[in-house]
Amino acid sequence: MKLLREILFPLIAVIAAFVIGGIVVLIIGDSPIQTYKLLIGSAFSWPDGIGYTLFLATPLIFTGLAVAVAFRCGLLNIGAEGQLYIAAFAAAWVGIKFGGISVGLPGAPPVNTPYASLPMLILVPLCCIAAVGAGAIWGGIPGLLKARFGSHEVINTIMLNFIAVALVSYFTQYHYKVPGDAIMQSAEISSKAHIARLGKFIPGLPERIPLNLAFILAILACVFVYVLLWKTKWGYEIRATGQNPSAAEYGGISIRKQIILAMAISGGLAGMVGINEVLGYRYRYYDGFSADYGFVGIAVALLGRNHPVGVFLAAILFAILLRGGIFVDAFTMKVSKDIVQVLLGILIVLVASEAMFRGPLKKFALIKRAKV
Amino acid sequence: MIELRNITKRFGAVLANDQVSFSVAPGTIHAIVGENGAGKSTAMRIAYGFYTADGGEILINGQPHQIRTPHDAIALGIGMVHQHFMLVEPMTVAENIVLGAEPGSAASLDLKKAVAEIRKVSDEFKLSVDPNATIESLSVGQQQRVELLKALYRHAQLLILDEPTAVLTPQEVEEFFAILRRMREQGKTIIIITHKLSEVLAISDDVTVMRDGKVVGNVKTSETNAAELARLMVGREVLLRVEKPDAKPGSPVVKIDRLSINGRDGTKRLNDVSFEVRAGEIVGIAGVEGNGQTELIEALAGLIPGSYITGKISFEGNDVTNADARRRKELGIAHVPEDRHRRGLLLDSSLAENTILGVHYRKPAVTGPGNIFLDDKGIRSRTEQVIHDFDVRPPNPMLTARSLSGGNQQKLIIGREFELPPKLLLVSQPTRGVDIGAIEFIHRKIVALRDAGCAVLLVSAELEEVTALSDRLLVIHNGQIVGEVDPRAVTNEEIGLMMTGGHK
Repeated sequence: MKLLREILFPLIAVIAAFVIGGIVVLIIGDSPIQTYKLLIGSAFSWPDGIGYTLFLATPLIFTGLAVAVAFRCGLLNIGAEGQLYIAAFAAAWVGIKFGGISVGLPGAPPVNTPYASLPMLILVPLCCIAAVGAGAIWGGIPGLLKARFGSHEVINTIMLNFIAVALVSYFTQYHYKVPGDAIMQSAEISSKAHIARLGKFIPGLPERIPLNLAFILAILACVFVYVLLWKTKWGYEIRATGQNPSAAEYGGISIRKQIILAMAISGGLAGMVGINEVLGYRYRYYDGFSADYGFVGIAVALLGRNHPVGVFLAAILFAILLRGGIFVDAFTMKVSKDIVQVLLGILIVLVASEAMFRGPLKKFALIKRAKV
Repeated sequence: MIELRNITKRFGAVLANDQVSFSVAPGTIHAIVGENGAGKSTAMRIAYGFYTADGGEILINGQPHQIRTPHDAIALGIGMVHQHFMLVEPMTVAENIVLGAEPGSAASLDLKKAVAEIRKVSDEFKLSVDPNATIESLSVGQQQRVELLKALYRHAQLLILDEPTAVLTPQEVEEFFAILRRMREQGKTIIIITHKLSEVLAISDDVTVMRDGKVVGNVKTSETNAAELARLMVGREVLLRVEKPDAKPGSPVVKIDRLSINGRDGTKRLNDVSFEVRAGEIVGIAGVEGNGQTELIEALAGLIPGSYITGKISFEGNDVTNADARRRKELGIAHVPEDRHRRGLLLDSSLAENTILGVHYRKPAVTGPGNIFLDDKGIRSRTEQVIHDFDVRPPNPMLTARSLSGGNQQKLIIGREFELPPKLLLVSQPTRGVDIGAIEFIHRKIVALRDAGCAVLLVSAELEEVTALSDRLLVIHNGQIVGEVDPRAVTNEEIGLMMTGGHK
């Protein structure tokens, strides 16, 4: 019953958003059915549609989980964006530094250094640890500031976003770019630091589609978050703190510790985006790679009700829409891909104003029960 | 004056008012009694226009009226004083009173006229309130009189008072009742909502008893007594007195030595307090709320940072002044907090998750390597134990704590703390907002714990509760223990005097 309610409401919101969006399309002067066919249908073609949609969903699962974990502790992590930038750069840095690549010599392309790359079995985990660790530290800082000085995490995470973006841009530009490269990107990481694309294991899925092992990691992260939050004593402490800090304190739980812990875990999850981006997709740090993943993650967590299963489903829905927008742009007469933003906007408003709809919904349920 | 006819109000699945009917004669004081959740406040809020009834009608002076908002109610001469005052602290009495009905034109506020008017009303009823004083400089009792003035200034003929004595000392209650009697003499009609039977008998002319949203009795006060009212309220015979054998105190369990606590604003909340509690005795702390009781209990529970504390707390001979809350629980210090919603419960979590709060990190709540994982089976059996032993209803471990009534929430907390098992029980306001049936149950459990050799420190704003339960009674005023009295021999007046800083 409770499960049904948890699923039912977001579902109604999604359907309502599509209905309202359909009216908008109609007003603009296109056929809603054709638009939605393009928007959603394109996601289910094999292998490109499914492959790219899941690839696009991967970072959103990570950031959605990141926001959800912080939220369960009563914290709003607006800083997933900064955390994932720092993490991606850290992963690339390890992949370059310990991958036997030398950069930064004026006028020269990257060369192999005297020392060879670490073997793959060490380098890949090391890069992953660097990404998660860097994200955790970047997320842990606002946690620490809140625990120590009581400064608000929303302000601090927003500020740290700017610092993160500027910081990694600086390092890319002045230290890790291939000299002469016109694009703001680092040198390529060692091939020993690459993780496999799923096309390698799945027949029919070409390896040009960048869906990679990070997607499997995303599923594991969902399981991890679920077990952590609901099956361990640590998760209990995080949730107790989020629900009622006074009661948690009364129960002998250190609120400060929980705040730092939750923000660090949140940052670590956001940092996993770097694994997908650097180790699985571009094999280098590419400045400005994030399509607002950190911010979209807030909406994903909201729609997914801060539950790993919900986050997973919401991330896939967002990925479908974001990718489908391209086809809407290309194949309709008047509607542009901005219709996706309209849909997402309506969706978020509907979900956020849930309380408004809860009442009628409840009444409806009561009437039904009374009749039975 | 006012008559409610078949008022019905439903909140979701709950029938808060079911065909509520009663009438109040002009110039009388009418008490409405009932347990928490009986629907008293709901009925009065409907009369004042806060809620709209789903059915039924309200007659004022024999005429049916639609009261949709408090504005309608005020226009009809109805005033209401809420349990929690609705006053703007930094503003003056006069400013607060005219708020929403400012005299003068839109551009200029004619406060002088208002002050004169207020003074006239104040004198008429002998309220002795200075219209130019700021609210924050007034005592709680005076603030309540400002609320009365507010209603009188708007020419209220009918005053509805929601639990008006909850915040007052015994002396203030006497004064307050004198004011009510004067108002009755002047022809005002008063409805007073309360659950204290002694006050009903002392002040009212008629009583309406409510239970489960229904009116179960309309009686004349002169023709009833406390036992009958209690039986009507609860629906069965109730033991109003706590029956307990004499205490057999053992060795001291907790010793408090020159304990002082500073508030965050630097003021002293507790000033040089020393006493001890022995095994097998209940030590009560009587005092007006906000005189350091909260801080004392929280300091003993380990919830106040060491930097705010001076002095020493020893538990069974060991210095625990710097031990944190978790350590103290492990030592056997259980704590039933005064505010169960703020401190005691995770309202949106299940009863199961609430029964392990504080012991969630050790057996039987955890299992697996390093005791990391929550043990659903262990938690469930513990929860079922608490639910069974403390008669928590409904007995479903998966319900949220929020869905329980106040009494059952309190039983859940007490059950959780009793399961520790405690050597020292800190219990604050154990029966606040709890219905009479559960009060009796909780009192018996506390006495049983004492008889099993536990030391109990009890804080309560209900004088009757502390005097009935305690073996020794300390009186606190302004952060200091001003005396110890024998709870069997002392009168309410004596304690009341000490509570307000007078001498023994």
